[in-house]
Amino acid sequence: MYEALTTQENQASAVIDIAQLSLTFPTSDGDVHALSDINLLINQGDFVSFIGPSGCGKTTLLRVIADLERATAGSIQVNGLSPAEARLARAYGYVFQAAALYPWRTIARNVALPLEIMGLNSRDIEQRVRHNLELVNLSGFEKKYPWQLSGGMQQRASIARALAVEPDLLLMDEPFGALDEIVRDHLNEQLLQLWAKTNKTVVFVTHSIPEAVYLSSRIVVMSPRPGRIHDIIDSDLPRERDLSIRETPEFLALANRVRDGLRAGHSYDEVA
Amino acid sequence: MSKTPAKVGRAAAWLPVATVVFGILLLWYVFAVVLNLPWEKSVATRAGTSPAMMSMVENTMRQERPVLPAPHQVVEEIINTTVKKKITSKRSLVFHAGITLSSSMLGFAMGTLLGILLAIAIVYNRALNKSLMPWIIASQTIPILAIAPMIIVVLNAVGIQGLLPKAFISMYLSFFPVVVGMVKGLNSPDRSHVDLMHTYSASPFQTFFKLRLPTSLPYLFTSMKVAVAISLVGAIVAELPTGAVAGLGARLLAGSYYGQTIQIWSALVVASVLAALLVMIVDLLGRWVNRRMGLARNDNAAAGAH
Repeated sequence: MYEALTTQENQASAVIDIAQLSLTFPTSDGDVHALSDINLLINQGDFVSFIGPSGCGKTTLLRVIADLERATAGSIQVNGLSPAEARLARAYGYVFQAAALYPWRTIARNVALPLEIMGLNSRDIEQRVRHNLELVNLSGFEKKYPWQLSGGMQQRASIARALAVEPDLLLMDEPFGALDEIVRDHLNEQLLQLWAKTNKTVVFVTHSIPEAVYLSSRIVVMSPRPGRIHDIIDSDLPRERDLSIRETPEFLALANRVRDGLRAGHSYDEVA
Repeated sequence: MSKTPAKVGRAAAWLPVATVVFGILLLWYVFAVVLNLPWEKSVATRAGTSPAMMSMVENTMRQERPVLPAPHQVVEEIINTTVKKKITSKRSLVFHAGITLSSSMLGFAMGTLLGILLAIAIVYNRALNKSLMPWIIASQTIPILAIAPMIIVVLNAVGIQGLLPKAFISMYLSFFPVVVGMVKGLNSPDRSHVDLMHTYSASPFQTFFKLRLPTSLPYLFTSMKVAVAISLVGAIVAELPTGAVAGLGARLLAGSYYGQTIQIWSALVVASVLAALLVMIVDLLGRWVNRRMGLARNDNAAAGAH
């Protein structure tokens, strides 16, 4: 009775439920423990950032959620389903580090790509493309090819493409990593507005402390060898925030805690 | 103003080509003199005369059956057998080129199709990759000259004659670069592009038509350029050992039977000009497809910069 109730509750709020999850890659030099004993619960409407140095498994964890990698032990549920089932149900939109736009498709046709695969009719496709390009401020660029756009615009187009699927869950793998500081700030602001508007759940991989603290409602600090969760920090910053919040003592305190976590989990002697 | 750099660029592009052509012609004349001079000398010895060196050198340019015909002799022969002959004449090089071209084009089309199909099979089936690829490579190590008569004899025995046997030999040569290029092309999408399809739960069919095929097209056209040139070689080779009476290969063979070196060389030159034209046509087709796909960024970028 009690158990049934908690499961029901979990299904209502938990979008991602990860328990004792591990992932090892066999290599010629022996096994690489990419992820080790990960426990994490992500609720509907959370903005969760994975932060950590390279090799801490943050991208791998995101790829496990997206069913682009398979865990070797432990359990993971996405919307109460296995990642494979969730992927087949098109439960999430995925934004890659590179915009990964198809160069032979115009921006509009790139955004239309997942919709064509889902088999939507052309009127719905057209309407969704227009709406999502508007959302990322790319109206008027429909007929351009990716190479005609700046890096930031390309990444915005790839976000529009992920949103076009209308997923409740957005998985983003260092989407702004290759962009300059000013563009990144701007896109961070836009992303926050989007999150506030749509109440989507966002899982966001980054290696930038200010970005993680500015965006997230929860910050998962990870450390390498083996990839594991070092600390989970709940942010008490208000949901509505703008860039000026980065000067406040609360923000700096959070940033310091993340930095301390990264330092503690990082074995510097291994870094040349 | 904006056109000046383009014109300069074009002139600069022609200059090296013209220099090379000039160099080749010069070398050709030198070799024609060196190679044809012994004949002039032996004629003079037999006649018991001793003509001046210069007149002997001059004569090397107008022999009837020179070891190496001079370029102007070849050009003259080509003009005589193309524009000055009716196309239907057995002596017209256009007629012979047309025959070779038709079997070569049929073979090229079949080879390209076969190459694409084999590449798809190889990319989508790991077992086929291991079992088929060695055979495909081995097929190209067999001298085509050895296998061509057998193909023709075998096909003749089952009642296939005319264009098709020659086209088969053309196909035998031309499918190979297409397989190799297309396998590479179909495997060339970025990891993230493939992952993207995976996140959409796209079917293998959708991944093929929306990702792998468009990505492979530039590779396809590159290998088709190689394939179209060797398909012509295949058709010519197919005409050599089979006693064909028409076609550039038959022309080469007849020329060599009767020591008509000028005829051989003019057929050779026509064959290579034809090959160059075919490669250019495939190249233009490839560029056109690239432009249609929005990939021709250099043209547009240059236009946008002005």
